[in-house]
Amino acid sequence: MNTKLGALTLVTFAFATLMFAQAGEPKHGGILRIYHRETPPSLSIHEEATFSVNIPAMGLYNNLVVYDQHKPQNSMGTIVPELADSWSVSSDNLALTFRLHQGVRWHDGQPFTSKDVKCTFDLLQGKAKDKFRKNPRKDLFNNIVEVTTNGDFEVTLHLKRPQPSLIAMLASGYTPVYPCHVSPAQMRTNPIGTGPFKFVEFKQNESIKLAKNENYWKKGLPYLDGIEFTIISNRATAVLAFVAGKVDMTFPTEMTKALIADIKKQDATAICEIGPINVSTNLIVNRENPPFNNVEVRKAMALALDRKAFIDIIYQGAGDVGGTLLPPPEGVWGMPPELLKTIPGYGDVQKDREQARAIMTKLGYGSNNPLKIKVSTRNLATYRDPAVVLIDQLKTIYIDAELDPVESSQWFAKVARNDYSVGLNLTGNGIDDPDQAFYENYACGSERNYTHYCNKELEALFDKQSVETDVEKRKKMVWDIDKKLQEDVARPILLHARSGTCWKPYVKNMTIMSNSAYNGYRYEDVWLDK
Amino acid sequence: MLLTLFGISLLIFTMLRLVPGNIADIVFNAAGMIDVAEKAKLEKELGLDRPIPVQYVEWVSGLARGDLGYSYVSEKPAIDEILPRIPITAKLAGLALLFAVTFGVPLGVISAVKQNTTLDYVLRVISLSGLSLPSFWLGLLILMAFVAYFGAIPIYTNPPKGFWNTLWLFSIPAMAVGFRSSALVMRLTRSSMLEVLRQDYIRTARAKGAPARTVNYRHALRNALLPVVTVIGIEAAFLMGGLIVTETVFNIPGVARFLVEAIRWRDYPIVQNLVMFVAVVAVSINFLIDLLYAVLDPRIRYAS
Repeated sequence: MNTKLGALTLVTFAFATLMFAQAGEPKHGGILRIYHRETPPSLSIHEEATFSVNIPAMGLYNNLVVYDQHKPQNSMGTIVPELADSWSVSSDNLALTFRLHQGVRWHDGQPFTSKDVKCTFDLLQGKAKDKFRKNPRKDLFNNIVEVTTNGDFEVTLHLKRPQPSLIAMLASGYTPVYPCHVSPAQMRTNPIGTGPFKFVEFKQNESIKLAKNENYWKKGLPYLDGIEFTIISNRATAVLAFVAGKVDMTFPTEMTKALIADIKKQDATAICEIGPINVSTNLIVNRENPPFNNVEVRKAMALALDRKAFIDIIYQGAGDVGGTLLPPPEGVWGMPPELLKTIPGYGDVQKDREQARAIMTKLGYGSNNPLKIKVSTRNLATYRDPAVVLIDQLKTIYIDAELDPVESSQWFAKVARNDYSVGLNLTGNGIDDPDQAFYENYACGSERNYTHYCNKELEALFDKQSVETDVEKRKKMVWDIDKKLQEDVARPILLHARSGTCWKPYVKNMTIMSNSAYNGYRYEDVWLDK
Repeated sequence: MLLTLFGISLLIFTMLRLVPGNIADIVFNAAGMIDVAEKAKLEKELGLDRPIPVQYVEWVSGLARGDLGYSYVSEKPAIDEILPRIPITAKLAGLALLFAVTFGVPLGVISAVKQNTTLDYVLRVISLSGLSLPSFWLGLLILMAFVAYFGAIPIYTNPPKGFWNTLWLFSIPAMAVGFRSSALVMRLTRSSMLEVLRQDYIRTARAKGAPARTVNYRHALRNALLPVVTVIGIEAAFLMGGLIVTETVFNIPGVARFLVEAIRWRDYPIVQNLVMFVAVVAVSINFLIDLLYAVLDPRIRYAS
């Protein structure tokens, strides 16, 4: 018995040693080189709405709380403390108190205190003297009545109503804490944070350079001496630069399935991951103008959709069929497949189209008298390509559509003016959470509710799910809402695309988030095994 | 010259305002929303709410004082954004022109002198390929070949250190963009030379017993060069278009790529001043070409 136990111990020890040797001890030093797909508008995360900013800038800052950077699926259970050592919720769920980490300093040496947290929320809510140039996520924090401080290291957010998902919004890469003593204008050009990397320089069309914060408050981190983002706007050049080893990593979530196959052919050692990024491609229909003010026409359009064809044609199968929320298993809140199938337009395509044709015939349309429309979309390939497939699919139900490519700068202005009949749009979600998705895209009067869908009854359900603290109960409520949104043809979701990231095998500790493209770029414990 | 530049300034300014959208539209589009009040505030902050003639006068008077304004995107002085990029593009354009002339002129002469020989046919095929291959395609092909055969890629990721590194980094894209110009110069030199070689004075020079080299390069080439010089001048201005693509493919942070980016953002101070700079360069080159005519052909000097 003892011999067997001894042998087992020996094998276990040998296995553990082998595993440890394989994983390797993190090494300090080296510059991580990543290509960047474009010149980002600035490095002030609060003022921007693209992960072109989060990716290079997230390492400059810290949040109160953050999604665990090594758990790919962001959820309530993966939120960990960052600038806040701990947090508590009052018994009435109306106050969220954070106890802050002491001894944290901004990159310019100023101490970090609770005042900085208050300043950040004052800026976000437009209450501060200084203003952001633009404030794309101010609506997310409408539920915060006031932020109070209790000494330098305690801060409380007072809420109008309980909102369990507020903590998820605070954990997003979109919600860093900004310093009180630095103006929003300076944060755009010369940002100061408490994060693992300091800003060095940002040259348009050239590069963004970050250097190690030697005084980072998390002892021993970061491992890297810096991160260099080389701006390579031509994707073919960027892929070749990665293959040739000029950069260590591709721009996160920028590689298509075809490009990954090409990279693996040229560099078999490259590590590539492909997954959802929580960006949906959707159909927007102007429900205020005829004939689309008739719900039957909108229903017919929804019934004409062959979602799998979109995914196969445009993304070579790398995509998912779902509703508003990202579908499982990567998505936390998305409807399960068996529920999806019960929604009109998600079942048998041929049967649905027959039904759609019957509706259109009843309304007076037919092969000799098709409904002539224009499908407007942003003049970018990611928008245009699905719009072309959509036009082809609409033909099957007597809708003769023509592509109306809109100059990129004019797209949202055109939609806001209601100057379109049918459009194709892409919607990115910063966090995988129903509050963000529902209030932003479907609440009456929301700036991003492009179709002006307004259902007061459903909005009451938005509030109801928002205050629900039991995750399983909330999930069921969310599914019901999402199902209703699809049945109402509020903004039919065509697909959730998947895309990939590649890095060299010597880049260690790299985790790509599977249900958001906005939250996983702190890079404080990424290291290079060189 | 000043009148030309004034006309150009008016044209640039007007055309830029005719393009739909301004920086405020782009900034809010990037955020996927339009907040009318915030957009109006931004337009006011940047002076875009003022009447167009006022904006024009302000720009031109600033230009006269050497004040180019601030970039809307980077919020830095426009001069600080433009100046560091000029030497980069100048090196690339200079090398491309050098490539065009060094290869185009001698090969054009050879092609003419060896008319209807195998060498002439080969050179004509090469020159036709140069005219028909798009420079972005050629650039990508060069990059792919480098990666496949040498495992390295000659693109710009950091400023090169030292003369030889700079020459190495710029000569490959310069070849890619200069190939078309060299082909044009080659074809023009050839046809111009063929015409000159049939002139009486060439026959006289040959009859006098002048060596073929002297006849071809001293007597014929000098007289054949006038149209070639004109084309080189025009090509220098046209090169800007080719550079946009080449700078993108080889990732060179020069003026041409920056201009496209600035147009995308409707960064008026950058676009206006950069296009004005390019116009000044083009006008100056044409002025130099006019002077060069007189050097090449003394009859032009006497006539004036």
